[in-house]
Amino acid sequence: MRRTLQRLQQWAERRLPALTRYRRPEPLPITLHRHRIYIVPTAFGLGFSALLLVMLVGALNYSNNAALLLTCLLGAAAAASMLVAFRDLDGLRLAQIDAGHAVAGEPLALTLTFHSDRLRQAVRIDLEDNEVAFMLDGDQPTAVRLMLNTDIRGWQALPRLRLWSTWPLGLFRAWSWLHPEQSVLVWPRPEAAGPPPQAPAEDAQHMRLHRGDELAALRDYRAGDPQRHVAWKASARHDHLMVKDFEQPQSRPQWQLDWRQLRGMDDESRISRLARWLNEANSQQRQVGLWLPTEEIGSGSGPVHHVRCMNALARLP
Amino acid sequence: MSAAPGKTALKPAIGTRSFDLLSLTCALVLALHTPHLPVPLSGALALILGWRWWQRRQRSARAPGWLKIPLLLLLTLAVIAQYGSVFGRAPGTALAVGLLILKLLETETERDVRVGVGFACFTLMDALLFDQGLVSTIVVVLGLLPALATLRAMQPAQLSTSLARTLLPAVALSAAALPLALLGFLLVPRLSSPLWGAPAADQARSGLSDSMSPGEFTELLTDDRPAMRVSFDAAPPPPDQRYFRAYVMWDYDGRSWRYDKHQAAGQPAPVEVAGSVGYRISLQPGHQRILPTLDVPLTAPPGAVLLRDREVLADKPVNDPLTYHLTSALRYRLQPALDARTQRLGLRLPANFNPRTLALAAQWRRHYGKDDAAIVQAALNLFHDGGFSYTLAPPPLGRDAVDDFLFDTRAGFCEHYASAFTVLMRAAGVPARVVTGYQGGYWNTLGNYLLVRNSDAHAWSEVWLDGRGWVRVDPTGAVRPQRVTLGAAAAAGDQLGWYRRDWLQVVRNPWDIVNRWWDQGVIGFDALRQHGLLTPFGIADADTQTLAVLLALGSLLFIAIGLAWALWQRRPRDPLRASLHRLEGKLARQGIVRRTGEGPRHYLSRAARALPAQREQISLLMRSYLQLRYAHHEPPPEPLRDFQRAVRNFRVRNVVK
Repeated sequence: MRRTLQRLQQWAERRLPALTRYRRPEPLPITLHRHRIYIVPTAFGLGFSALLLVMLVGALNYSNNAALLLTCLLGAAAAASMLVAFRDLDGLRLAQIDAGHAVAGEPLALTLTFHSDRLRQAVRIDLEDNEVAFMLDGDQPTAVRLMLNTDIRGWQALPRLRLWSTWPLGLFRAWSWLHPEQSVLVWPRPEAAGPPPQAPAEDAQHMRLHRGDELAALRDYRAGDPQRHVAWKASARHDHLMVKDFEQPQSRPQWQLDWRQLRGMDDESRISRLARWLNEANSQQRQVGLWLPTEEIGSGSGPVHHVRCMNALARLP
Repeated sequence: MSAAPGKTALKPAIGTRSFDLLSLTCALVLALHTPHLPVPLSGALALILGWRWWQRRQRSARAPGWLKIPLLLLLTLAVIAQYGSVFGRAPGTALAVGLLILKLLETETERDVRVGVGFACFTLMDALLFDQGLVSTIVVVLGLLPALATLRAMQPAQLSTSLARTLLPAVALSAAALPLALLGFLLVPRLSSPLWGAPAADQARSGLSDSMSPGEFTELLTDDRPAMRVSFDAAPPPPDQRYFRAYVMWDYDGRSWRYDKHQAAGQPAPVEVAGSVGYRISLQPGHQRILPTLDVPLTAPPGAVLLRDREVLADKPVNDPLTYHLTSALRYRLQPALDARTQRLGLRLPANFNPRTLALAAQWRRHYGKDDAAIVQAALNLFHDGGFSYTLAPPPLGRDAVDDFLFDTRAGFCEHYASAFTVLMRAAGVPARVVTGYQGGYWNTLGNYLLVRNSDAHAWSEVWLDGRGWVRVDPTGAVRPQRVTLGAAAAAGDQLGWYRRDWLQVVRNPWDIVNRWWDQGVIGFDALRQHGLLTPFGIADADTQTLAVLLALGSLLFIAIGLAWALWQRRPRDPLRASLHRLEGKLARQGIVRRTGEGPRHYLSRAARALPAQREQISLLMRSYLQLRYAHHEPPPEPLRDFQRAVRNFRVRNVVK
């Protein structure tokens, strides 16, 4: 049954471009309008219609006009609820999608920003198996967080999102497809375990140099540094304040990660090993540099540097 | 299509609000059905409803599973014990209401609530099959509100409001739906004959019956519900002529008078008429075939026949309010010549009953000789001067009922007097018969119609006098003349309830007009009236096809209105923006289109570069726009007007290259 439905849907997408026109990727912002909002009765709506039919026939048969009036009122209210369902989506605007970071195989957080000119309640959005309900008020944009399943590293195009609502009575389901022309970058999955990177010779020398020189652990004063970290003697020799930098672990040598050192491995294994090293370096707050066939990233540390390195890894062909 | 696969399995539990609203709906349904449910059943159901609501609210717990099957069995058994079956209208309804309440016990998911709401809607309609009066219809419509609100409350991510406020959107939705509902009500083609058997008549309903035994009217006489409403084409007849004839009874068995339908069939008795009056009667359903008519009817309305004794018999029992137009004669001579068979019937008395009455009648006959009218007068004098009293609570009578009444108890109401009088006349050799119907009524000056209540039921006699035909004699009038001139309420005096007091009539009269309007305009809107609906528009007989076409057209009209509303979007009222938009339009015609995300400054600079001849003008416009937009919180009115004028006057000069 489901397979038949799927095949029917595929056929419809192929054969009825008018119906499926808005399933192609399109740039943001996407505004919903009447050409792209579809409405069908829900299963409950169909059941309710059957009930109304029974009531209608009963009222007519017993020529009971009060019951007929009641049936007409219910039917008209149901019909009106269809328009309300349409209005719940009509004019809604998806302005922006912000993607978080995730390694392949883990869900990636998407933040969708919607704009609306009026109050809209019980709007739901489906992304694969992930469903989120939200409400929009007319005043400010609403951010909706969705989780996107990822599979492999690299650029991953956003899938089609379904925006739908059964507001207000659950009798009709209005829906529209959103297919933003946007891709998210999925980081490579690091390998589970492996050898640490070989520290090159000059790095070892560099490390010794750091260890022998006291001043190497001093840095310029930055606003917010605690007073007891200020190196008063050293500061006296300079014309500005120097601070003992405890955040810089002296024992952690800098890593210079190099694609070329990992010989005898295929590309994906190299990438996942580099990813593991980058993660380790990040968690150990170690200075790290990266050389890739596509780009070279100088030594550095911190979250921004980490993102830059991981992005570069993810982008490798 | 209701949910993507994989999500239906989740069966989201419902919130307290939906459950509260569903409980409220069920409570309203139960309240609506209470009048015709057995008292223990409605009590038990109310208890179950209350307990379940409290249990889910306090403990937010499921109802114990072992409870459901026994309760279900108990309900079925109770219904069978009460009605003997689960089929039919009354037992079916009892079962449906019970099932609805029991459904609450297993209401945990959204699907359960939806089923419950659908079922509640059905039982609400069911209530209208018992009583489609104005009040119960209003209560049923009120019951729809929590039902709709329940469905709405199940939607996720909505503003949280109080319980009372959740009903407001349902009110708004119903109000918006009302025009379309009325259109459907007016134009949905009515069935000329039912598809299957209409529900069995509710025999318990009071009204006139085809037999009369003294004492049995009492319930009817205290029933204050309207029996019919009469509007006259011309001036209404005086109160003492407002006799509405229903049954003519010939057969007396010593205890009760009976209407014999075989006896009644035949050619209507001839009548000589002096002046007639036309009137329209809206009859409340009494599940009888006899239609009350003003004494004495000259014709029968469509769908009814005129019987021998000028009773009007409808083709089928009146189960719904019925309106008919008739002409009657107020002064008449009915059946001037009496045939031998009729005379025999009019003198027949059961043997060995009421010896004292027979003796009295024989004595009168000897005294007055052949003067029948004098005998009639003698009987009336007896009632008037013989110490008789009018009461709605008469003492019981024995085997010789007329003897007991005439010589012992001497207290009773119209039935006793009519019965005793007729027996006296027959015993004296004057052909006589009993007529039942309504007498009097309340003249509603606001609505210009006569309201006749069940309590206006009356019985009188007709005697046949040579040369005058059948003459109406109301012996009750001899005892209590107010009964005839002022109506039943005045005759009964303090024996009636507080609700018959005068001051209440002030409220009751406008209310009765509304009820009359409802009965005639809504309940009585049948296939016949529907076909005549379009007469003002030149369509004499709107058949089913015409109605269907009209219904479709009307629905299209409403759909168009609805779509217009749905597609209408409120544009922010921003005159400055509108002006800029206008300028953009003018520039766009020259191919300078504002790109997505392009700011006004960039765009207008680009325009100025593209149109060198008007660079100054465009730059000026840009500067004033930026000034208006960004230098103030709100654009000041005077410069805004200047800017608008400048935009209006701006013309792109075609550059001839």
